[in-house]
Amino acid sequence: MARTLYQKVFDLHVVREVADNQYQLAVDLHLVNEVSSPQAFDELRERGLPLAAPHRTFACADHSISTGGDVRKFDDLLCEAQVQLLGRNTQENEVTYFDPMKGLHGIIHVVAPEQGLTQPGMVIACGDSHTSTHGAFGTIAFGIGTSQVRDVLASQSLIAEKLKTRRIAVEGKLPSGVFAKDVALHIIHRLGAKGGLGYAYEFCGTTISGFSMDERMTLCNMAVEGGARCGYVNPDETTLVYLRNRPYAPGAATWEQAAARWLSFASDPEAYWDDEVVFHAEDIRPMVTWGTSPDQSVPVDEPLPDLAQAGEEIDGWRAAMDFMGAASGQSVMGIPIDIAFIGSCTNGRLSDLEAVADFLRQSDRRVASGVRALIVPGSRNVREAAIAQGLDRLFADRGFEMRDAGCSLCCGMNADKLVGLQVCASSSNRNFRGRQGSPMGRTYLMSPVMVAAAALAGKITDGRMPEPGSGGHK
Amino acid sequence: MTGPILAVTGCGLPLPGNNIDTDQIIESRYLKLTSFQGMETHVFESLRQMARTAGATPHPFDDPRYKEASVLVVGRNFGCGSSREHAPQALYRYGIRAIIGQSFGEIFVGNCLSIGLPCVEVAAKDEAKLQDLCREFPTQCITVDIAKGVIFAGQRQFSAALEEGRKQRLVSGSWDSLNVLLDAAEHTRTKLQELPVINPIKTGTT
Ligand code: SF4
Repeated sequence: MARTLYQKVFDLHVVREVADNQYQLAVDLHLVNEVSSPQAFDELRERGLPLAAPHRTFACADHSISTGGDVRKFDDLLCEAQVQLLGRNTQENEVTYFDPMKGLHGIIHVVAPEQGLTQPGMVIACGDSHTSTHGAFGTIAFGIGTSQVRDVLASQSLIAEKLKTRRIAVEGKLPSGVFAKDVALHIIHRLGAKGGLGYAYEFCGTTISGFSMDERMTLCNMAVEGGARCGYVNPDETTLVYLRNRPYAPGAATWEQAAARWLSFASDPEAYWDDEVVFHAEDIRPMVTWGTSPDQSVPVDEPLPDLAQAGEEIDGWRAAMDFMGAASGQSVMGIPIDIAFIGSCTNGRLSDLEAVADFLRQSDRRVASGVRALIVPGSRNVREAAIAQGLDRLFADRGFEMRDAGCSLCCGMNADKLVGLQVCASSSNRNFRGRQGSPMGRTYLMSPVMVAAAALAGKITDGRMPEPGSGGHK
Repeated sequence: MTGPILAVTGCGLPLPGNNIDTDQIIESRYLKLTSFQGMETHVFESLRQMARTAGATPHPFDDPRYKEASVLVVGRNFGCGSSREHAPQALYRYGIRAIIGQSFGEIFVGNCLSIGLPCVEVAAKDEAKLQDLCREFPTQCITVDIAKGVIFAGQRQFSAALEEGRKQRLVSGSWDSLNVLLDAAEHTRTKLQELPVINPIKTGTT
């Protein structure tokens, strides 16, 4: 019978059904961070339980780590204790830990794919909602809470519900200056922040099959902001090319076999999806969020929507507009910013930094005075590759600060935070109130290039049309 | 807590608004704590503080009328956003034993289930009625009957939706997942052997 990738991978991992649509699912790969794991390791210790599969468990310290250059410096003692505890827990349990004090290090959703740990057909769990990122490789990858982290540590399995599937096709060629991030924001804008509840999103169509793995990761990363538990792209030649020769990918002897197996997971053309939606790439423009939910967004050149269009979201829109100091009919263009943040597991990969560099090379403008612009690579490998290309010098010349790897300003859990009423143009994935560390701080989500454009202009602007002479301080 | 959860009875705590995400329930700075103990003291902290500073109506979690409440009534998409279990842990430790809402964040519901905190769904009009009822009669007992899928509030009844499997797990006690999973440890091991090994370059710190 024809099946989707989701069905194939799910079925393959079912250990048993414990209740109606509640399945015990084996987990291929468990990714662990310092935030959601301490209580889980504690409980194992208390109950005297060993780790079921330490060799399928990999850890990064990403949220609490300082990106200011010295990783031994912490925002506070709590951060330090948390990171030390991860070191201790992983050591005691013989778990591979990409230790920030030692070398390989970064955001776990950047590091795992980079290392070739993320492979098609896997079930991947991690105590972090943006685990959906790994779906870019044709996996079922989803975020779990601490109790489930405990479950996976102790049993290498968890209880999961089988989701419905929605096939989201994006067809055609994206206009220039429009990126995977815009596709993600566009889809979420159209389907809503809770439109994906109960669904796994399958992303397909010519736009997506033309995407690089980095772009697919950006898209799948944001699936969870659309309410879907996970999102995925069917594995293809692009996936194989990416994985070949990665440290944890199968070696030459088993490569052909692995590749054939991976490709076989792709959804069958006659499979059944519970819902199907089609978008056209040429309709997509650079998107900017105006509110406090990732679906509250507009194309940069369009005014904020009329409250009358809010329907049942009216209260949410009103509260968001209040908080953001926004009004219907207003334009996002021209909103002054204090901070520009390029990074996170959504847009902290090499191709994001390269796109920003390409944009900067179109002019000789510098970051506007009064704006602090941070570029935070998703991993040390990304940072080193950027340096190898000389991007660090370009960024520095233009007034950007390139930092060490980590979550940084995405989550306000380390020293990088908004303060007071600061306004941030951000390439991250969440614009929730307080998300970036200040309860009153305002976040505008957009693509890395749009963030760079805002940094140069000192205000939100259309990255497709650099305004010559405005805001530059050369 | 362990064991079957058939019904929850308690006073209602009305919390209006939609899309209340887990960042609002527990701010990220508290994710630095390595224990869930005391998490309840930080529930909705910023919003409560802002309400206090504004000096107008207190946040429902600070309203003395709802001090003893254990049944939280919320709107749409409650608990969306970050997967932090700190949010349900904070609510549970605060004393919440059931949540009634129009809809919930996917990960949030799962996290609640795994600590034995049922989330049941009601129609929009029933949510509004329940919110009103809690405000008008704060001492009115509300019973969320998990097994029957009904909410009893005084003379009124509302139907409460809960996915069959989630219901079964609450009612049978298998919401407490670890033992259930370990019961099939052998079966899981066999399953894992069928799955490709992740190339063990080496174990330990890289
Ligand atoms: S970069 Fe942001 S979204 Fe990604 S894992 Fe870190 S905190 Fe979470």
